Amino acid sequence: MAGSLNNPARVLKPARGANKSVRVRPWRGVVLVCAGLYFLVPLAASVVFTVDVPNQGITFDAYRQIVSADGFGSSLLLSLELAAATIAVVLLLMVPAMVALRLGAPKLRPVVEVICSLPLVVPPIAFVAGIATVLKWGPEHLSRTPLFETFVALQNPDFPVVLVLAYVVMALPFVYRALDAGLRAVDVRTLVEAARSCGANWPQALVRVVLPNLRGALLNASFLTLALVLGEFTVAQLLGFQPFAVWIYSVGGSQAQLSVAVSVLSLLVTWALLLSLAGLGGRSRSASASRG
Amino acid sequence: MTTVLTEAGADVTPAAAASQRRRRRAPGWLAVLPLLVFVAIAFGVPALAMLNGAFTVKDQTTGATSYTTANLTDSLQGAYFTALIGSVKLSAVSAGIATVLGLPLAQAVVTSRFRALREAVLTASGVLANFGGVPLAFAFVATLGNAGVLTEHLGLKDKGWNLYSFWGLVIVYLYFLIPLMVLTITPALDGLRSQWREAAQNNGATGIQYWRYIALPVLTPSLLGGLVLLFGSAFAAYATAAAMVGSAVPLVTLQIADAISGNVLVGQENVALALSLDMVLIAGLVMAVYLPLQRRSARWLEA
Repeated sequence: MAGSLNNPARVLKPARGANKSVRVRPWRGVVLVCAGLYFLVPLAASVVFTVDVPNQGITFDAYRQIVSADGFGSSLLLSLELAAATIAVVLLLMVPAMVALRLGAPKLRPVVEVICSLPLVVPPIAFVAGIATVLKWGPEHLSRTPLFETFVALQNPDFPVVLVLAYVVMALPFVYRALDAGLRAVDVRTLVEAARSCGANWPQALVRVVLPNLRGALLNASFLTLALVLGEFTVAQLLGFQPFAVWIYSVGGSQAQLSVAVSVLSLLVTWALLLSLAGLGGRSRSASASRG
Repeated sequence: MTTVLTEAGADVTPAAAASQRRRRRAPGWLAVLPLLVFVAIAFGVPALAMLNGAFTVKDQTTGATSYTTANLTDSLQGAYFTALIGSVKLSAVSAGIATVLGLPLAQAVVTSRFRALREAVLTASGVLANFGGVPLAFAFVATLGNAGVLTEHLGLKDKGWNLYSFWGLVIVYLYFLIPLMVLTITPALDGLRSQWREAAQNNGATGIQYWRYIALPVLTPSLLGGLVLLFGSAFAAYATAAAMVGSAVPLVTLQIADAISGNVLVGQENVALALSLDMVLIAGLVMAVYLPLQRRSARWLEA
C-alpha cells in the first residue's frame, strides 16, 4: 500500500465509479465501520488472548515458543515449497491454454470452462476420498510393477508430489476465472497479429506482448493459489502429511495460547506475502506506465 | 478425451504444410492438450476411483468385491442423512446472510473515492476469503469460545451463548463468505455504468427506484451466481468445522473424514465414498444453477 501512496500518478488517477460531485453518504460509513468491527475484532481478540494469559499478566511467551516449537520451520517450508510448485505448474498449464482458446481454438472453450469448473463440483473432502482410494491401489495391485515406484515417489513425505497434483486441480477454477477476466480486458488477437506483423515469432509475441498485458491477472491467479496452498488442510491432513495448517491443528490440541498465536502469525505471514506480491505488481505496473 | 486427442493429431499433421490460417490454429489444440491430460490423470482417476468405490462392497471373508447400491442407501440413512441435511442447512443459511451483507459492503468499497481503501479491502478480501480453515477456527475460539476474550468480558456465557453450535458456525463461516461475496460481486458493480444512474436521475428516478428497477435487475444473475458459489464453498468447508466443533454439529464433511480415517463399522468402508458421491451430486446441482447465471451476468457486463 505504501507504494501506491508514494506514487502521485496513482493517487491522482480518479477511482472508477467515483462521482465528480462529492456527496456525503452516511450509509457507506456505517457499512464500513460494521464490516471493520466484524473483521478486526476476532483478530484483536486473538492477540489479546495470546498476550493476556490468566494469572500471568501480559506476556509474550506464546510468540517466543513458536520459533522453538517442534516442526514449525519444516512445516512452513514445506507449505511454501508446495505453493511455489503449484503456482508454477498451474500457470504453465493454464496460460498457454487460455491464450490459445482466445486465438485459435474457440470450440474448445466450453470444454476447458467445464473442466476448470469440475473441481468446484467435487469438494476437497470428496476429492481426497478418491485420492486415498487410488493411493491404496499401489500396495494392493501394483507392488510388482514399475508404477509402484511412482506411487511411492508421489507420497514422499519430504515433498509429496501428490499434494501438488491435488492443489493444481483445486486451484484450476480460481486461476481460470482470474485469467479469463484478464484476457477479457485485452484484445489478444489484435495484439498478437500486431506483434506478428512487426516480425515477432510466436514465443516472442506470447512472452513479450501478451504476458505483460496479463500481469495483473497472472499476479491475481498466483495470489489465490498461494493463499489456497498455505491454508489448505483437508487434503494434507487426511493423506497424512504435515504442512503448515496441519501443524497448527496438531499444536492446538495441547497448547491453546500457542495455537492461537500461530494462527495470528499465519494470517500475518499470508498478508505479508500477498501484500509484497501486490506491491511488486503495483511497482512494475507504474514503471511500465511511466515508460509508455 | 479420445475425440480431442484424435482431432488434435489430425490438425497437426497437415498444419505444417498448410496455409497461414491453418498454421495459426495448430498451437491452439496443442496448448490446451497438456491441461486436458493433466486433469484426466490428477482429477479423472481419483474421481473414477470414488465412483467405482461408491458402488462396490468388499466381502470380508472372501475378499471378493461386488457391485451394489448398499453404500448409497446407507449414506442416506440415520446419522449420515442427518449430517447431510445439517450441511445443506448450514451452507444455505450462511450463504444467504453473506450475500445480503456482502452487497452493501462491496458497493461501499466500489463507490469509494479513496483508491487505497478499495485496494486494501479487495486485497483483504482475497486473504480472508481463503482464510477459512484452522487459523480461523482458533481465532474465533479465542474470541467467542468458552474461555474467549469477548465471551468473558461481555459475560456472554450467562446469556446462553455457545460458539460450538449451528449459529456459532454460521458466524465463523461469514468471516470467509462475506469477503468471497465482495470479490464475486465487485466486477459486476464495476460494470454498472454511471450513465445508467445519470439517465435514471434525469428521468426523475430516486435512488431507491434506481436500485429497484435498474441496478438490482442487472445484478441479479451475479448475485444469484455469488449466492450459489458461497453455498458450494460453505458446503465443502471441512477444516474450520473440524478444528472447532469436533462432532457437536453434524456435518457431512466430518462424517466423511471420520470414515476415511477408518472409524466405521465393518463392511461400511466405502460409505465415505458414497457420501462423497452425495456431496458431488449436490455440488453438481449447485454448479448447474451457477454456470448459466454466470454466463448471463457476463453478457450484461461485456455489453
